[in-house]
Amino acid sequence: MQRRTRVAAALTAAAGLFTVAACGGDDETSGGGGGEDGGRGDITIWYSNNEAEVAWGQQMVEAWNAENPDEQIEAQEIPAGASSEEVIGAAITAGNAPCLIFNTAPVAVPDFERQGGLVSLSSFDDGENYVEERSGDIAEQYRSPGGEYFQLPWKSNPVMIFYNKDMFAAAGLDPENPPLGTYDEFLATARTLVSSGAAPKAIWPAPTSEFFQNWFDFYPLYAAETGGTALVEDGAATFTDDAGLGVAEFWKTLYDEGLASREAYQGDSFADAQAAMAIVGPWAISVYGENVNWGAVPVPTSAGTPAEETYTFSDAKNIGLYTACENQATAWDVLKFATSEEQDGLLLEMTGQMPVRQDLPGTYPDYFSANPAYEAFGDQAARTVEVPNVPNAVAVWQTLRDAWSQSVIFGEGDVEESLQGAADEIDGLAGQS
Amino acid sequence: MTVVDTGAPPAGDAAPSPARRPARRRGILGVLGKNPAGLLFSTPYLAFVLVVFAFPLGFAVWISFHDYFFAAPGADVDRPFVGLDNYTSVLSDPDVRRSFVNIGIFLLINVPLTVLLSLVLATLLNQVVRARTFLRVAFYVPYVTASVAVVGVWLFLFSGNGLVNEVLGPLAPDPPWLINSFWAMPSIAFFVTWKQLGFYILLYLAALQNVPRELYEAAATDGAGRLRTFRSVTVPAVRPATVLVVLLATITGANLFTEPYLLTGGGGPNGASASPVLIMYQRGIEQGSPGVAAAIGVILVLLVLLVAWLQRRFVGGGES
Repeated sequence: MQRRTRVAAALTAAAGLFTVAACGGDDETSGGGGGEDGGRGDITIWYSNNEAEVAWGQQMVEAWNAENPDEQIEAQEIPAGASSEEVIGAAITAGNAPCLIFNTAPVAVPDFERQGGLVSLSSFDDGENYVEERSGDIAEQYRSPGGEYFQLPWKSNPVMIFYNKDMFAAAGLDPENPPLGTYDEFLATARTLVSSGAAPKAIWPAPTSEFFQNWFDFYPLYAAETGGTALVEDGAATFTDDAGLGVAEFWKTLYDEGLASREAYQGDSFADAQAAMAIVGPWAISVYGENVNWGAVPVPTSAGTPAEETYTFSDAKNIGLYTACENQATAWDVLKFATSEEQDGLLLEMTGQMPVRQDLPGTYPDYFSANPAYEAFGDQAARTVEVPNVPNAVAVWQTLRDAWSQSVIFGEGDVEESLQGAADEIDGLAGQS
Repeated sequence: MTVVDTGAPPAGDAAPSPARRPARRRGILGVLGKNPAGLLFSTPYLAFVLVVFAFPLGFAVWISFHDYFFAAPGADVDRPFVGLDNYTSVLSDPDVRRSFVNIGIFLLINVPLTVLLSLVLATLLNQVVRARTFLRVAFYVPYVTASVAVVGVWLFLFSGNGLVNEVLGPLAPDPPWLINSFWAMPSIAFFVTWKQLGFYILLYLAALQNVPRELYEAAATDGAGRLRTFRSVTVPAVRPATVLVVLLATITGANLFTEPYLLTGGGGPNGASASPVLIMYQRGIEQGSPGVAAAIGVILVLLVLLVAWLQRRFVGGGES
């Protein structure tokens, strides 16, 4: 009896180790259909939980509900979790995802599609046309490998270099025309900032191991250096070319010389004046606007690409229509309403984030003339690169991050060898269906 | 009128024959045991164990042999049997292998340190007369405080320009503790030891209450000093508690996740502090490969069972 009790206790304790991996759901019940036959009626939506977007979401819902008493929207902020992608993934598995989620990360879309969680927008009669007319050529980056749109490109935050004008002035640099166009200029400026004591660090991107951190160090510079090449094209990694290795060497120099920190900063290093520069999108304007005397320039390239030709990472968030939705016809109409010219204008005004529309500055000239700080971002929004829409997208980015962390941030091993190893692994991951 | 219960059946009852009655009771008792009410009371916990532990355990093993991924209800997905592919993939993955080495380093530091410190501190606390409650609470507070909050304090202490390095001066490691490939895992082991110490001290305090006072009196009569008394009386007397502490510290240590996730930014530097459960999270939840994650889990459980068995064999664990 005692022996049996001990065995049972050991097995019980051991079973606890499995709970992380064993949170599956059954697939017995039926989900929603696709296309305009999905029905009409009330729907639920989730939007982001930052203050400005909540305000935008609430006014959008009120505007729709006032005009559509028989097809009401019930809205809420996306539930808290480690990340919104995990929350959405869990909701898909549980079958209780809302009809629309206004903050679907493009990197997660291939996985959500594989899970059977997303409705193809191409299945609506006007789906393809609507996406392409609103977003133009840039929409192509959001098309799935199967040729359909499972996400509506919604808003982007094209990342640029923010710099602290006061720190630059204290270092004897010209705060209005900072020398940051080429790698050499950027490195020289960084050395001046730190050696003069004007800034503890020149720039402080997160050196941590999360898969998405390369979106804010490597990827914007790679996009700029290559004129808009994605990380993976035609199922193969692209970044082991001279451009990718040049970007890696540039960052490695910053880390090796202590101009960027290998330690994670608890908080916002730019806002706390611990770093003179940051790579951020326009969402940060409202955050830094009154606290930091800032300026913004495009990310550097080896040869100094003119601003009007420089590409960057989009940091976009999109809208997904989920298969758990019963009233998909209403959801599609709401999606179009929420991305209409009027609502996009309100999004721009209320959040400072860039709707993924063709000719953004030309569509909202009054806004950009009244808010010149956003003008460069509005222009930059036309030249952005998205995360590649490939299978195993998160694993692809984690593979790159691991190699980057090892050879670039911590300087262990050869950079070229490390990135080549990551590229070989990514070729395998991206080629899987 | 007083009724005397003679134990005899009421008149007129068709009492079972003495020969048949015990036989029927044996049959019922054979199924329900001597105290059937106990089964009733234990049913909720039994159901809990089955639903929350046993089912996921079996399901995870099943997942580990399939190309499994989480899907929407009703989605037409294929999850073919892949045999040992997930295990092959896991065992050939250098990140996974490194995570097992990392957790081995962690356990080698954490478990002995936990046993030693908690036993010594519990013994001292047991002898303290003044401020006893305050001291017990002081040791217990880190255990009940959310890791996220405590991690913030440790990040402040062990960062490059943190208090610890300020005190150490030129003796401080470069790069600093949490981004140093050599020190990252030991730093986490020290943190976890400190954070969980209060719980293990409580276990030892409870065990110390049961040590007969006569043993200490006899030791004192024989002229044993404090160290000798500790070694010859306290340590053997709390041996069952030590076995429990070793087992619990090993199992909770093998489940390490929060600390590398928060303290070292997701298992850095360069994977030096990644634990198997952290890799399970990355593969299973972030990257959508539950089959691979489950295979890591199965291997982890088998290794923990092996370690527990070895501990029982060499440290002890049978009732004395």
